[in-house]
Amino acid sequence: MKRIYIVLAIITSIMLGSCTTNTNKDQTYQCPMKCEGEKTFAKQGSCIICNMALKPIKDNTKTLASADDISDSSIFNLTTKWNTEEGNTIELKELKGKTLVMVMIYTTCKAACPRLVADMRNIEKKLPKENLKNTQFVLISIDPETDTPEKLKAFAIENYMDGEQWTFLQGSVSGVREFANVLAVKYKEISPLDFSHSNIISVFSKEGELVHQQEGLGVNNNETIKKIIETFK
Amino acid sequence: MNTICRLKVVIILLWFVGANCQSAMVSIKGGTYTPLYGVDSLQVTITDFEMDVYPVTNADYLAFVSKRTKWRRSKVISLFADKSYLSKWVSDTIIGADQSLKAAATNVSWFAANDYCSSKGKRLPTIDEWEYVAMANETQPDARTIESYNEYILSWYEKPKTFNSEIGSTFMNYWKVYDLHGLVWEWTEDFNSVLVSGESRKDVDTDSDLFCGSAAINATDLMNYAAFMRYAIRGSLKAKYTMRNLGFRCVK
Repeated sequence: MKRIYIVLAIITSIMLGSCTTNTNKDQTYQCPMKCEGEKTFAKQGSCIICNMALKPIKDNTKTLASADDISDSSIFNLTTKWNTEEGNTIELKELKGKTLVMVMIYTTCKAACPRLVADMRNIEKKLPKENLKNTQFVLISIDPETDTPEKLKAFAIENYMDGEQWTFLQGSVSGVREFANVLAVKYKEISPLDFSHSNIISVFSKEGELVHQQEGLGVNNNETIKKIIETFK
Repeated sequence: MNTICRLKVVIILLWFVGANCQSAMVSIKGGTYTPLYGVDSLQVTITDFEMDVYPVTNADYLAFVSKRTKWRRSKVISLFADKSYLSKWVSDTIIGADQSLKAAATNVSWFAANDYCSSKGKRLPTIDEWEYVAMANETQPDARTIESYNEYILSWYEKPKTFNSEIGSTFMNYWKVYDLHGLVWEWTEDFNSVLVSGESRKDVDTDSDLFCGSAAINATDLMNYAAFMRYAIRGSLKAKYTMRNLGFRCVK
């Protein structure tokens, strides 16, 4: 019986040991003069060509992790995956750093969505130019089964919303349900290709915190514009 | 020989405990019915599914938060639950002194309930599924026209503090499901598909500026006051809200 314990102890210590060596391996080194271009080394040492000591490279993932300080109420806590109209797969936190103006629509909508989309374009038009480049307008489909990235791209082109400041997202059915709940957007499928939904445009700060919601169609958007501009202060 | 016998006993015991851990479910045979809020065609077709016999209890939920620490009271983030989340609990892993382990878990948000069910390989029921099972009384799958059924539900709405009662303390319905009425309200997966605006005066008019296509949604059975209450509650909820008398159960 004792032997089993000893064996177990050895195995666990080996596993623990391997863990620590693994984390060290993540650090890579590079010649400060870049004598060999972008070549990196796994161990500390000196450059073969100029003999200077190799410098540790700051890991991209690590800098991201430190910038990961997001608050409790930030939408960047959501880890669901989304497809963009360009065919990329992203998480919401990849939109971090810009003020986000978000709305939920579906492309086969004939009644309110064109007006909602127009409301979004009006907000874009009214924003001062210097703020525009730090603002991302995000349109999320509530009908992810119909609205494929291709459909969203076509919709973007058709509505003159194909610029860099516009992003269209297709999620999973459960991901959309979750996100709608975060936005307090209500929706219901009436029949295939037709949904009822609440008309809400939401503004999020650079950190993903909700700062303003504009409810209704064609409403005065001065308040929304003001709140967007305030996020840059 | 003796050791083999002991091993067998242990294995049987373990199996028994394991089987008990997974809360009992019953299968619900699908069908077509007209819910309170009909849509275009007015009829809703439900496919076969399985439903938990009881609401999720405090004991179940306690086991869940001890494993998934992000749902502990001290860890939960404000995006996913409001301040009253598990507010009657003494600490992260101790329920309140006046709470029973066998009572339904309440003061949980939709996000938490949703994650609980998916951690069990299940999901929350849709409104249509929930209403389909809940329209049964002890003997009939659709008891909505029976006066005593409606009276029972309405009398529950008047009874205070039923959330402290233990699960199984109400009746077993036609589908062998307990406690759909008489204990707590329950979360549904698509509670946010009830489109009534926050202001009750507006509920008479469907506000087409706030809701695209809202004219399509009207109550089909105004006599069904009890169901009306449930839809009203769902319409007023947000996913991070938690309430003393709002629990949940899962389906598969």
